[in-house]
Amino acid sequence: MAYLELNNVSKDFGGTPVLKDINLSVEKGEFVAIVGFSGAGKTTLISLIAGLLKPSAGLLKLNDLEITEPGPDRGIVFQNYSLLPWLTVFENILLAVEAVNPNWTPEKRQEHVEKYIAMVNLTPARDKKPGELSGGMRQRVSVARALAMDPQILLLDEPLSALDALTRATLQDEISRIWSENRKTVVLITNDPDEGIYLADRIIPLTAGPNATLGPSFKVEIPRPRDRKSINHDAHFKQLRREIVEFMLGSKQDRHMAITKKLILPDIEPEDLSIPRTMTSWRKTPIRKHELKEESVEVKP
Amino acid sequence: MQTMKPFKFDWLVLPLIGVAVVLLLWQVSCATWAKDLPTPLKTWESSKPYLMEPFAKRGEMDQGILRFTWYSLILVAKGYFLALIIGTPIGFLLGLSKAFTKTFDPIIQVLRPVSPLAWLPLGLVLFMGAGKNASELGALFTIAICSMWPTVLNTAVGVRAIPQDYLNVAKVLKLSRTKTLFKVLIPASLPYMFTGFRLSLGIAWLVIVAAEMLTGRPGVGGFLWQEYNALIYEHIILCIITIGVVGFILDRLMSLVEKRFKTI
Repeated sequence: MAYLELNNVSKDFGGTPVLKDINLSVEKGEFVAIVGFSGAGKTTLISLIAGLLKPSAGLLKLNDLEITEPGPDRGIVFQNYSLLPWLTVFENILLAVEAVNPNWTPEKRQEHVEKYIAMVNLTPARDKKPGELSGGMRQRVSVARALAMDPQILLLDEPLSALDALTRATLQDEISRIWSENRKTVVLITNDPDEGIYLADRIIPLTAGPNATLGPSFKVEIPRPRDRKSINHDAHFKQLRREIVEFMLGSKQDRHMAITKKLILPDIEPEDLSIPRTMTSWRKTPIRKHELKEESVEVKP
Repeated sequence: MQTMKPFKFDWLVLPLIGVAVVLLLWQVSCATWAKDLPTPLKTWESSKPYLMEPFAKRGEMDQGILRFTWYSLILVAKGYFLALIIGTPIGFLLGLSKAFTKTFDPIIQVLRPVSPLAWLPLGLVLFMGAGKNASELGALFTIAICSMWPTVLNTAVGVRAIPQDYLNVAKVLKLSRTKTLFKVLIPASLPYMFTGFRLSLGIAWLVIVAAEMLTGRPGVGGFLWQEYNALIYEHIILCIITIGVVGFILDRLMSLVEKRFKTI
């Protein structure tokens, strides 16, 4: 029995399904990365696991209990940090700790918060507001908040995609270190196959949307701790990356894209003066023909 | 377009030129078409006792201008806080509940444009039984009901504008209703609320003059109306200037407070 289970989960927002027939099972203590194109429905998928959205069909189970609403047993790190800007770093994390452990003494809570601030190396910024921090620091606060809740599972929704390459690498190392310290079950959503391979035990590509679904899972058999420099020359790493990228591009080629756009023609046609322009008929009929024109362009892969 | 080069003390000199131009126009008007309008100099002469002894009390309707202002401010403060206490929760309900909005928004939109002059008689009728305090309660009612709307509407807009991210945080942490209110909803909508508070204060100050004129209560507005009846037109101008200056100061103070509470 897997720890996190998704059975034939579909989600639509009253149109074509964004996600269709998602099947996923994650074992306890496993680090799974889901890689997908932007707009494929990655955030929708994580919102479903978080319970922020309800599936249109299918069943989601965590620890054999159906997921029906959001809860602190699933710690989320959002793509846009989602820190409360009027609270300091300490207060943001404390809010989460208070919510999860209402019976703790204030001293114990404080100690707990300090521990997690230290874990993400933010002790000097303890009393700063999120607005005074850089993107990378904010995301670390967000990670610390999620971890301080001591969740059963950690959901990372593209946590690093808004950061610059250097900060991203540093934070990847940090996530890797923190994970090996406490071995939480993690679902990481990312658009970067390298990031997935570097961090995860298993990588599952999400096909291009709409009707996105999960592809076959690729097991990452690179021993930990992984070294960023040598991993690039690892044959297994290279092969994995090729397979994943090929699968993802392949899934995109199955469908051709159609672009419908309005063509704005230059105003060279004379105004149609046969239509009387009185106050009452003003703009009831198009005066210039281009205002009606639309063209569909089909893009073949 | 050519812009003027900034020079030393332009922040002082240019406004003074503005004042001088208006005084000149005033003087010219007195000399040409508005024979009954007191000249600037006459206004100054006649206002002197009220300005030089701003806290003097010579009689019920003959007091220093700051003393009158003080009476007006106290009444405004009472009515204004009443408006905030009633308006903010209504704003929150409007922002949070679609059903509440659908139920009460039409009524609010209809009541909002009603002039204070129309509300005041109703206020006096409502509190007719209060005897001596009837005029004060009526005035309070009018100030509260007229100045409440910007607070109500801005709070509602502020609550509706709270980013989904913050609400998601509250949901994931399963914060209780009170905690969500105080830790997320109120701080997130505070900037909007304070804009509403500032606009409300402006309206409350507008209403006080009308309320005092009709009820004859001592205060800047009451003084103005009494001096009009007593044909001392210089004091009308004194009152107008006082009302303007006080209103300006109140607005500035409120925008300082607004800045202080800027959370985002």
